[in-house]
Amino acid sequence: MTRAASARPVLMAEFSSGPALLDGIRALAGSGMSRLDAFTPYEVAGLRQLLGVRRSWLSWIVLAAALAGGGGAYLLQWWINVVDYPLNIGGRPYHSAPAFLPITFEMAVLCASAAALLSAIVLGGLPRLWDPVFEIDGFDRATIDRFWVAVGAGDAALPAIDDAQGRIDITTALGAAGALRVLWLDAADRPDRPGWRDTREDAR
Amino acid sequence: MSAPAAIAHDTDDVLVGRPSDTELSDQLLSTTWRPMTRAWKIGFAICGLLTLNLLVMVTLTVLRGIGLWGNNIPVAWGFGIINFVWWIGIGHAGTFISAILLLLEQRWRTSINRFTEGMTLFAVMQAGLFPLLHLGRPWFAYWLFPYPSVMDTWPQVRSALPWDAAAVTTYFSVSVMFWYLGLVPDLAALRDRAPSRTRRIIYGIFALGWRGSVRQWRHYHVAYLLLAGLATPLVLSVHSIVSLDFASTILPGWHSTIFPPFFVAGAILSGFAMVLILILPARRVFGLYNVITPRHLDAAAKMLLITSWIVAYSYIAELFTAWYSGDRYEVYQQIVNRPFGWYAWAYWLMLFCNCVATQVFWSRRMRRSPVVLFAVSVLVSIGMWFERFEIIVVSLSRDFLPSSWYIFIPTWVDLGILAGTLGFFGLLFLAFLRVVPFVPVTELKQMRAEMVHEEVRR
Repeated sequence: MTRAASARPVLMAEFSSGPALLDGIRALAGSGMSRLDAFTPYEVAGLRQLLGVRRSWLSWIVLAAALAGGGGAYLLQWWINVVDYPLNIGGRPYHSAPAFLPITFEMAVLCASAAALLSAIVLGGLPRLWDPVFEIDGFDRATIDRFWVAVGAGDAALPAIDDAQGRIDITTALGAAGALRVLWLDAADRPDRPGWRDTREDAR
Repeated sequence: MSAPAAIAHDTDDVLVGRPSDTELSDQLLSTTWRPMTRAWKIGFAICGLLTLNLLVMVTLTVLRGIGLWGNNIPVAWGFGIINFVWWIGIGHAGTFISAILLLLEQRWRTSINRFTEGMTLFAVMQAGLFPLLHLGRPWFAYWLFPYPSVMDTWPQVRSALPWDAAAVTTYFSVSVMFWYLGLVPDLAALRDRAPSRTRRIIYGIFALGWRGSVRQWRHYHVAYLLLAGLATPLVLSVHSIVSLDFASTILPGWHSTIFPPFFVAGAILSGFAMVLILILPARRVFGLYNVITPRHLDAAAKMLLITSWIVAYSYIAELFTAWYSGDRYEVYQQIVNRPFGWYAWAYWLMLFCNCVATQVFWSRRMRRSPVVLFAVSVLVSIGMWFERFEIIVVSLSRDFLPSSWYIFIPTWVDLGILAGTLGFFGLLFLAFLRVVPFVPVTELKQMRAEMVHEEVRR
């Protein structure tokens, strides 16, 4: 779903603030569109809920990594001390659980952190240095001060709407919500070609 | 940034005025491409020279052996371990600010968290150098880690030293990962904003193609909070484990259960002092008065005051425990040798710097005066260095047998390496200021949006 929604947008609209973006998304959702993605310079409160994106399940990966790291470290220490290289130090027990805890804890934290970083990158579809949306004029402000919404190709509501009148209606609705620009990206064009530009632009 | 807005808003806020996203981005990203100021260049040159000096001293040490250092039996842990503990302690404030204060939703953390995380990384790098060199044969350092060696031996994990290796390695790795994850959206902003094509390509590679899509933010948000949650126990555990190197021995002055919390409090005290030493000049050189406000200074000063009292309490508790234990060696060490022995001057200097000088921060005016903050922070850094000197050198120089008593005097190589790490730390830090935005732009813009939202609702 992540890839599909962002790989080939057909409609994109630019807003100047988070609240305006939320209004625009409400307008699109009002026309029955569901395959929406948003690009924002920082997290906008309420955006995730509005788009129906659930809380990440990444924590489960992190938990698994923590258990594996901690468990593995404990087992390794036990094996070193009890099986492979037992050293009698003042008659202390070979299996000394309290002495194994610091390394067990540290390895659990280390593995969990590595898992958190890698999962955030991989689940976010990264690393992926190029993306079709980067070809859109002015999209470079999406990391600075502009808020974009995109409707992905293959949205179930699109075929019914996507004619001349439908486009004008949606463009008007987005404009009323505060869109600075509304771009219809012609699906026939190759989005991976540098010459790819919006086919119709409504500057307000 | 915008003067009229600054007047209209409370200057006591964590953000002066309400600059727009555009203004904030321009101001904070431009620290990486603005022309270098003269102060920065001079600082860089001095630190570069000191780093060269470090290189020479380390080379000498590796070539000739640690006989060049002043430590010898019974003071086997001289400057090497003092500097290790001091540097690693400094790192703790960075993690405290970036992780614990994030979970506690303290807004004054936002402007300074990247800065202090950088400080953590560079301080831990200096710290790591010392145990490595102190091994005497640093090329065998990998023996500390468990690997299936042909010698058929393994590290002794029931000893505190391999715990230390695990704790410091984990601390450094987790700090790097936390720092990098926080940087990704800002690197993407630099990819889109930096003035030259080369810079855009380099930042673009490190930004990994970040688009800020809602699905990326979804995972990013949880991962960032989790990393903060994972870094939080490290603030407490790393220095606790370092303190176990001491506390698990029977040496008078070391054999004490108060060591873990005592070390952690001291670490945060010295760390906040270093934060202030670095942030006051950086704020001035880059003109960041609107994002690093008196409010931040005030909060950091209060942390200095609080941790200084915890440290003072620990000093008193050490004296009390020694007296109450009735152990003649402890009593001699804590009540006779430290305050009145050969190194008495170091004890009183430590008390003055760590417990007396910080008391000026009861005054609100002092908490907001950059000059006072800087001066006291320098004193605290010195005081915390001498605290470790007290613990390590003074305790070791007077152990059970008077026949083995010894006075430790550092050599010029000891002093050269300490100065060298200060320079190397500074060099890395000055480079960091120019390579990435050291005030987290993305987080600051989000905080501003939240603040505006709250103000509209009010």
